[in-house]
Amino acid sequence: MANAKLWGLKKSPWVFHVAAASCNNCDIEILDVLTPRWDVERFGIVLVGSPRHADALLVTGVLNRKSLSRVLRVYEQTPKPCLVIGVGTCTCDNHMFAPSYNVVGPYDKHIPMDVYIPGCPPKPEAIISGVVKALKRL
Amino acid sequence: MSVVRVLFSYLIFPGFVFTAVIGLFLTWIDRKVTARIHWRVGPPWYQPYADFLKLLLKETIIPEGSSKILFLLGPVLGLVAMTILAVMLFSMNMNPSGTFVGDLIVIVYLLALPPLGLMIGGSASKNPLASVGVSREMTQYFAYELPFLIAIATIILKAGGSIRFGDIILAQQANGPFLYSISGVIGAIVILLSTQAKLGFVPFDIPEAEQEIMAGVYIEYSGVALAMYRVVRGMMLFILPLFLISVLWGGFGDWWAILKFLLIVVLIILIKNTNPRIRIDQSLRFFWLGIGVLSIIGLVLAVYGL
Ligand code: SF4
Repeated sequence: MANAKLWGLKKSPWVFHVAAASCNNCDIEILDVLTPRWDVERFGIVLVGSPRHADALLVTGVLNRKSLSRVLRVYEQTPKPCLVIGVGTCTCDNHMFAPSYNVVGPYDKHIPMDVYIPGCPPKPEAIISGVVKALKRL
Repeated sequence: MSVVRVLFSYLIFPGFVFTAVIGLFLTWIDRKVTARIHWRVGPPWYQPYADFLKLLLKETIIPEGSSKILFLLGPVLGLVAMTILAVMLFSMNMNPSGTFVGDLIVIVYLLALPPLGLMIGGSASKNPLASVGVSREMTQYFAYELPFLIAIATIILKAGGSIRFGDIILAQQANGPFLYSISGVIGAIVILLSTQAKLGFVPFDIPEAEQEIMAGVYIEYSGVALAMYRVVRGMMLFILPLFLISVLWGGFGDWWAILKFLLIVVLIILIKNTNPRIRIDQSLRFFWLGIGVLSIIGLVLAVYGL
C-alpha cells in the first residue's frame, strides 16, 4: 500500500511556481520546460494554479525581506508531503546579491529544501534533471 | 432484485467503480489527444490513476473559518448524482420496457447536481477567487441550461409526449433514431455544446479559468476532495455522451454504440482544442441568442414532424 502511494507521488508531481523576486530569467526557463518542445507531461508533471494542488514548489530568485513571509505562507498553504526545488544560483547562495542589505537568504535557513538547480539561469535540461533527482530522493 | 444486486449495481457495475475507472481512462484519452494536437508525446496511460492515488495520499486542507460540511459536500454531491445517473442510464438501455421508473425530469435534475455542488463547495471555501468562479459558474449554468431544456422538450415531442426514458428508447428502436431528422440534428448540436459547458471544457471553462482566476472554484481543494472532483469530471465525460446517444442516437444496446461514443468524445476533445476561452458575457450571448434560437427552431420543426 505504501509503495502504491509512493508510486503515485513519483508519477504525478504537480508543480507550483513561486517567483520570489527573481530577475525573471529563471521564470522564463521554467516556462520553457513546460512548452511542447520539452513536454514534461510525459512524466506527469503539470503546472497548477493553486498551491493547494501542488506537490512541488519551484522557487526562483533571491530571498529578501519582502518575499520571505510570502514564500513561507505559500509553503504552509501547500498540502504535505511536498518538495521544494530551488531553481537558479540565486536560491543556492544569493548569487551576486549576497552583499545587499535586503537579502535574508539562502532558502535553507528558512524552509526545508530538497534540491538546488544551479545555473544563471539553468538550462531546461538541467531543470528536468533536477526534478528527477528530487523525485528519486523520495 | 435482491439487496445484494442493488448494492452491486450501484457500487460496482455500472455504478461507481466501473464509471470511475472508465471515466479516468477517458480523461487520459483527452490528455493524450490534446498532446498529439500540440505535437507532443503526452502522458502514459496510467497517468490519471497515478494522479488519483497521489491525491489520496496528500493532506486534505479545509480552509480556516469555512464550513467543513458544506466544503466537503460539494464533491460528494457530484459523485452521488453521477453514480445514480450511470445506474439509471444502463438499466434503462439494457431493459427499456422494464418497470424501473426513470424519466427525463429526474435526469435533468441529477445533471444539475454537480454544478450545484461546485457552487456550494466553492462559496464555502472562503476564497475571493473561488467566489468569482462561483458567480461565473452560476451565470454559465443559467446560460447553457435554457437551450438544453428546450432540446429535451424537442426529444419529448419526438417521443410522442412521453417523458419515460424507456419509451424514448423504444420509440427510437421502432422508428429509427431521432438523430436522422433536421430537428434531431439541431437537438444533437445543442446538447453537444451544453455538454461541453457542463464538463467545463474550453471554450466554456470560464468558471475555472486557470490563467485569470487560478482554478477558480477548485482553488482551495486539496487531497481527497480534489481527487473526488477529478473523478466526477471523468464520470461526466463518460455519462454525458452516453446520455446523448440514448436520447438521440438509438440507445446503446448494441456494439455500434462504442463507435458512436468514441466519435462524440473525440468531437468534444477537438472542440476543446481548437477554440480559445470566451468571456462570460460572450458565453451567455452565445447560449441564449445563438444556440437558444437554434433550439427553438428545432422545437418548431419537431412540432411539424420534421
Ligand atoms: S539565478 Fe540568475 S537568472 Fe536566475 S533569478 Fe538569479 S540572477 Fe536571475
